[in-house]
Amino acid sequence: MNDWIDIAPVEAVPQRGARLIKTVHGCVAVFRTATDEVFALDNACPHKNGPLAEGIVHGASVTCPLHNWVISLETGVVQGQDEGQVATYPAKVSDGRIYLGAAFLTRRAVA
Amino acid sequence: MTQKLVVIGAGMASGRVLEHLFENESGFEVTLFNAEARGNYNRIMLSPVLSGEKTYEDIVTHDADWYDTNGVTCHFGTHVTAIDRVAKTVTSKAGTIAYDKLLIATGSAPFIIPVPGRDLPGVITYRDLDDTNAMIDASKAGGKAVVIGGGLLGLEAAAGLAERGMDVTVLHLMDHLMERQLDEAAGFLLRRDLEKRGIAVKCRASTRAIVGKDRVEAVLLEGDETLEADLVVMAVGIRPETRLATDAGLSVARGIEVNTQMQTSDPDIFAVGECVELDGQLFGLVAPLYDQAKVLAQTLMDSPAVFTPKELSTKLKVTGCDLFSAGDFAEAEGREDIVFRDPARGVYRRLVLEDDTIVGAVMYGDTTDSNWFFGLIRDKTEITDMRETLIFGPAFQGGAPSDPLSAVAALPRDAEICGCNGICKGQIEDAITAGATDLGAVRTTTKASGSCGTCTGLVEQVLAVTLGDDFVIPAAQSICTCTDMTHEDVRRMIKSQELKSMPAVWQACGWKTSCGCHICRPPLNYYLLADWPLEYQDDPQSRFINERKHANIQKDGTFSVVPRMWGGITTPDELRAIADAADKFAVPTVKVTGGQRIDLLGVKGEDLPAIWRDLNDAGMVSGHAYSKGLRTVKTCVGTDHCRFGTQDSTGLGIKLEKTLWGSWTPHKLKLGVSGCPRNCAEATCKDIGVVCVDSGYQISIGGAAGMDVRETEILCQVPTEGEVIDVIKCVTQLYRENAKYLERIYKWMAKVGLEWIQEQVADLENRATLVARFEVSQSVYRKDPWAQHVGRAETYQPLADLTLEAAE
Ligand code: SRM
Ligand SMILES: Cc1cc2nc3c(=O)[nH]c(=O)nc-3n(C[C@H](O)[C@H](O)[C@H](O)COP(=O)(O)OP(=O)(O)OC[C@H]3O[C@@H](n4cnc5c(N)ncnc54)[C@H](O)[C@@H]3O)c2cc1C
Ligand code: SF4
Ligand code: FES
Repeated sequence: MNDWIDIAPVEAVPQRGARLIKTVHGCVAVFRTATDEVFALDNACPHKNGPLAEGIVHGASVTCPLHNWVISLETGVVQGQDEGQVATYPAKVSDGRIYLGAAFLTRRAVA
Repeated sequence: MTQKLVVIGAGMASGRVLEHLFENESGFEVTLFNAEARGNYNRIMLSPVLSGEKTYEDIVTHDADWYDTNGVTCHFGTHVTAIDRVAKTVTSKAGTIAYDKLLIATGSAPFIIPVPGRDLPGVITYRDLDDTNAMIDASKAGGKAVVIGGGLLGLEAAAGLAERGMDVTVLHLMDHLMERQLDEAAGFLLRRDLEKRGIAVKCRASTRAIVGKDRVEAVLLEGDETLEADLVVMAVGIRPETRLATDAGLSVARGIEVNTQMQTSDPDIFAVGECVELDGQLFGLVAPLYDQAKVLAQTLMDSPAVFTPKELSTKLKVTGCDLFSAGDFAEAEGREDIVFRDPARGVYRRLVLEDDTIVGAVMYGDTTDSNWFFGLIRDKTEITDMRETLIFGPAFQGGAPSDPLSAVAALPRDAEICGCNGICKGQIEDAITAGATDLGAVRTTTKASGSCGTCTGLVEQVLAVTLGDDFVIPAAQSICTCTDMTHEDVRRMIKSQELKSMPAVWQACGWKTSCGCHICRPPLNYYLLADWPLEYQDDPQSRFINERKHANIQKDGTFSVVPRMWGGITTPDELRAIADAADKFAVPTVKVTGGQRIDLLGVKGEDLPAIWRDLNDAGMVSGHAYSKGLRTVKTCVGTDHCRFGTQDSTGLGIKLEKTLWGSWTPHKLKLGVSGCPRNCAEATCKDIGVVCVDSGYQISIGGAAGMDVRETEILCQVPTEGEVIDVIKCVTQLYRENAKYLERIYKWMAKVGLEWIQEQVADLENRATLVARFEVSQSVYRKDPWAQHVGRAETYQPLADLTLEAAE
């Protein structure tokens, strides 16, 4: 079985931006940093479910658009004073395309 | 028994292999094929040949004598066309010959972008001596050259052609030059240095076609710009030359797959150089190829060796553009940046740290210490003990690192502190000893930090080091932790240093992070577009979501949509269109706002372009209810219907809204126009209010009715509508150019004073220039963003829908 799902060309997500992937269990946000790394996280802030894909991306973090919590794209951990963590999923760029770890479909189903 | 070794390709990698074999008297009988009509030369020195610093003879590595002495049978100008693995032979126009061991070292071929006109005479790639000579010939006639590709090769070609007197433009698809090796700040400095030598650089430029009748005449870009060209150099990348290997049925991915002994899927066939792929990795610089060559020579001599890819570093061979990049400088969790900038000298250094080692480095302007840093990266040296002074390089190591001021303390007396005024540390120390014990005094006596001001921090550190505990470094309120500069400092720098991009600001103002944060990027984006409306391109990713998506985000992630109702006037048709849209998109709430228009609340993000299209079709545009920009112009009914009305307040309100809409301002901007002093439009608690009276119009500014409630103060009274509009454009532009981000007019007015604003407006010449600058900006921004976004509706859709994918 193929371990990675080919999603789209990397340009489909703006640098320092994000796009959504719909799954049976809710939306996953795929982020692209200024240095063309990609990260996949649940599109829900641990604070009040703010849509993280709409936040401002800086370095390898995103700031939630609702109340400015800052979340690490790599670990999903909330930075600074606040506490919480968002689920993250394996994502990579290869040959100019974004791939998500296929296992995440199953893992989400279990979660 | 002597074995027959056949080598395909006489390039940098195979040349090295042969050197090792002959040095060790391995006894192979070698036959060497090369498609180029010559033997091995130092390909990377083609750039100095192009610029005229060297000749071909200077860069030959193996001459006829060398091949002769080592008994190599040479077939130059001979393309190998087939490999027969069963018969163990290779075929070319020189016939078919047998091998015991075969080495494929075919390098790579330039990538040609598939645009119309790519085959026209005058379109050249940059790979070998023939290409170089073709460029030298073409440059003799002078004229214009367009280089497609702003990477290493493209820039070296551009510099060489410029050196030979051509008028050169570099087109680059990405946002900054050499984006794979450099970050934005270094990319900005490189671009500036290239521009200084007369090379024009266009980033985000995508080539649509190359045009010309018998030979190239021009390059056509996406967006329909045309650039004249007598010569086009395509340097957009390379792809491994694998055709022979593929035809022979070897295992080929992007490159010819090899193991760590450089052996292909056929045990008697080996490959080295740019044509190979190992564990998914390709190789495009000579350092790893030389390692491969060494390993392969040992493999062929039956002594076990293993090739391991190492860290690589890049330099650009263009005189005057000193850059260096190595390792991995992507941002990631657990990584930290140390950034050093010396704006006056154009120096930038960035180190990326992880687990107390350096994992990446980017340097521009001063690369003298690059070897030392590269050593630390390669050896994974633990840097804990030298961390404080690391960025200053090896000269500052070994001091007392616990003191953060030690780097400054360690500077010699003749180290320059203030680049603008050429003031050295010693002069500042002398001034301090002579009684200048604070920043202001040092500034007046020595001029240090008096010009661009970026060395202020250093001057303060010299004060601190010299005076000890007697000096406390004052803390001005900086924009955020990315910088020590205040909003005012940064605005001043943007104007005086003509900074026109975010990386330019980060560099010139000494940003401590590589690309800012959510606090500083929105104000910077605003300042740049307000000061350079024609040059700066708005960056949506540096805007808060409401302004990025032109709608207000709601607490559940949906959006609200507010179309403009100019001056609060609407029509039955508009109302019907709004009602239809509300039905069609199942809008849960329709509300009349406090700004005299209608709000559709609870629209799904992906429906936005569609609902906008419907509203656009009915003649409506964005109401910018989400913007730090012009919001509403509230009006009352005025002379049209009201028995007290003195002037056409509704008409004037509509004119004002149509003039000002779309403009971005430091904070939101709301206007009101009332037809008489009864003031039904509440004009005197708006940012700018107009109250109509019999003799004309009273314009007042600085009102508020939010967290603070205050009444406006009279700015001036004017007799005609035309003058009202000019005065308001003038005040708006003054506010746009001078206020701090997120400062409403009343707060700004408290700082600069109503009198100063009155003087600026009263001076008619000044008024006219401010109005003219406002109009220039509006030529870009007086457009409906909804209509523009309808065209890219797909970006509002999910990237993929995996709901149908089985989750096993
Ligand atoms: C829709 C509206 C309320 C309504 O239903 O009437 C509204 C809604 C919001 N206002 Fe307002 N304001 C609305 C008229 C007003 C008014 C009245 C007016 O404009 O005449 C005021 C007082 C006048 C003034 O601005 O001085 C007003 C003072 C504020 C303030 C306080 C500003 C201040 O400087 O003190 C904020 C907060 C801010 O901007 O930082 C605010 C912020 C907001 C935000 C954008 C909060 C936010 O950031 O999400 C609200 C968005 C709601 C949403 O989800 O769409 N709103 N807000 C009104 C839209 C008017 C329009 O057509 O564009
Ligand atoms: C202008 C320029 C500047 C560069 N600057 C640098 C630099 O500063 N630093 C750096 O590290 N690298 C630099 N490089 C890259 C470096 O030159 C290459 O990585 C290196 O030359 C690759 O070596 P190779 O042996 O794999 O291939 P090559 O040197 O390209 O040799 C391959 C040879 O094989 C021949 N060939 C191909 N197919 C056949 C066939 N079927 N039959 C017979 N012969 C064939 C080709 O004609 C060619 O001569 C530069 C490259 C260029 C073009
Ligand atoms: S008053 Fe407060 S709750 Fe009401 S719309 Fe304005 S910001 Fe939202
Ligand atoms: S929901 Fe993200 S910060 Fe409140």
